[in-house]
Amino acid sequence: MTATITEAVQLPTRTTAQLDRERARKRGRGGRFQLVLLILLVPVFVLPFYVLISAAFKTPQAADVSTMWQLPSPFSFDGLSEAWSKLAPNMLNSFEIVIPATIISSLVGSFNGYLLSKYSFRFSNIMFTLILVGMFIPYQTVLIPMVLFLRTIGLYGTIPGLILVHVVYGIPITTLIFRNYYAAIPKALVEAASVDGAGILKTYRTIVLPLSVPGFVVAGIFQFTNIWNDFLFGLVVISDPSKQPVTVALNNLSGTQSVNWNVVMAGALIAAVPTAIAYLSLGRFFVEGLTAGSVK
Amino acid sequence: MVTTARPARAKAPTAPARRLRVPKAALLLAPSFLIVGVFVYVFIAYTVGVAFSRNWRAAVPDFTPADPWYANLHNLAISPRFQADIRNTIIFTVLFLLLSVVCGFVLAVLVHNVLYARGFFRGLFLLPYALSFIVTGVVWRWLFNPEAGVNLLLQYSGASGAYEKLTGHPLSPAWLTSPTVVGDVSGVLEQIVPGGHFINTQLGIPLALIPVVIAASWQLMGFVMAMFLAGLASIPEEVKEASMMDGASGTRYYRSIAIPLLWPAAITSTVILTHVALKMFDLIEAMSGSGVGFATDMPGVFVYETTYRALRPNLGAAAAVVMLVLVCIVVVPYLIRHGRAQEREAA
Repeated sequence: MTATITEAVQLPTRTTAQLDRERARKRGRGGRFQLVLLILLVPVFVLPFYVLISAAFKTPQAADVSTMWQLPSPFSFDGLSEAWSKLAPNMLNSFEIVIPATIISSLVGSFNGYLLSKYSFRFSNIMFTLILVGMFIPYQTVLIPMVLFLRTIGLYGTIPGLILVHVVYGIPITTLIFRNYYAAIPKALVEAASVDGAGILKTYRTIVLPLSVPGFVVAGIFQFTNIWNDFLFGLVVISDPSKQPVTVALNNLSGTQSVNWNVVMAGALIAAVPTAIAYLSLGRFFVEGLTAGSVK
Repeated sequence: MVTTARPARAKAPTAPARRLRVPKAALLLAPSFLIVGVFVYVFIAYTVGVAFSRNWRAAVPDFTPADPWYANLHNLAISPRFQADIRNTIIFTVLFLLLSVVCGFVLAVLVHNVLYARGFFRGLFLLPYALSFIVTGVVWRWLFNPEAGVNLLLQYSGASGAYEKLTGHPLSPAWLTSPTVVGDVSGVLEQIVPGGHFINTQLGIPLALIPVVIAASWQLMGFVMAMFLAGLASIPEEVKEASMMDGASGTRYYRSIAIPLLWPAAITSTVILTHVALKMFDLIEAMSGSGVGFATDMPGVFVYETTYRALRPNLGAAAAVVMLVLVCIVVVPYLIRHGRAQEREAA
């Protein structure tokens, strides 16, 4: 009896590490075998990162493709600074595109997700499915009219035009993420607010929005990565190289014969840093976005 | 703004008030619904119109129908380049799915069961997913340079030397620049299929696609792993313990319990990866372009180049419509099933 009580008391205080150790005991040497296999797989995954980073720090003289696998010696920032001088304006463009597009599409998605998860109205499911289709279509099928449309409203070739495109095509995925996220908020909370006389908008602002911070982190990091990594829209909507996002500029740099390959690698490293940092610092939310964003 | 307009009606909702609220939620959703509707459905309809018109130009949007109406599609079908694109899409999708889903599953099982540094392994394998296809393409393009990267590793490891002893020449594939298509069945098909002389391309596996498959799998394997890990984590520990108690071995457990429970994760990953493969554009642009003899060309690249470089929007739009149909074949059944599941949940 005492034993069961102490166990019951201890149960919630057990850490994951302790649980792991218990599972280890049950499984014997199982875990070690998997560890060895995983350690053997790591180099295969790391090789591209190794080449990317080591090449970026090589001197132009040492950057010969036949010595690709050697460590940088001497260590040099020449490649990085040359790549930076070529890509810095486009990095700035990318930030100018990504930040507003991420914020606006997340806000719109949050509001839609709230409406779709907390109010049931006729055709709500079909409306949701019709919106959702937007995240699967090949964007090649909308390019021609999209360019015409942007020309008509005077936003073709501009950063605001690209922001608009990213916001609209971001709505399906953010709506999906928030609809799943708000499913966990009890309907009673929203109903209580409406009993107190709050309308749909006030309930959203006072009850739902304050509870949405984790949802915004998930949708935000997901959209940040998606929009930063976009290439097709950047290429088609903006033809002026000085206004293009960094992915397009990097691809142009990579296709330039006169540029040394280690400078291209340094450019790739620079273009990868923002999303890599976002991923490494908020990785947990990133995984949540993946699983939430995949239509369970 | 809304708060000031409302205090007079601050009382418990009566039945009519609740009925009034129903269309209001729909009304508030309407702006998003309409703008997405225009950008998706109206735009697609416009592109379909371009695909079936004779001489549409951005400057002169002329929708006179093509003669015969399917002329653009017919031109696509007999174009050696587009035939190569379809071949490449099929080969790429199959190889990419096999490699990513199988390896992603193996990684998930290993990471799920490893006892040390689980977070480190999961984070590492998923890291490529956070990169852009352009970055991935730039890096792998150099790794598959015939004078560098992978070929140097083949040389260092002695694999190339061993191959030379057997065959007389060193193992040093041309990778992305290879024009070789292995297992060409077009000659056979032309004889079996009546009127088969329309096949203007070699129907086999272009070797230059292999590096693209490897690069794409490197980037997306971690995504599959994450999907399977979420599935594995949702299997209650008791189920596993009960099966172990009944004497099920590790493999037996995965075969009869885990894999059936992981089926939804497998379907979701397959659908998402297939639609990524059908839309492939960035990676090809960054790695190889169209390749020698269109060995690495894909419909996504075809649409862009035909519309914006060759300035033949009618043909480009027709190819875009083909892409859309291919994606729909994969995604629509999945969305319908998902919609039905939602309704069952609501009922």
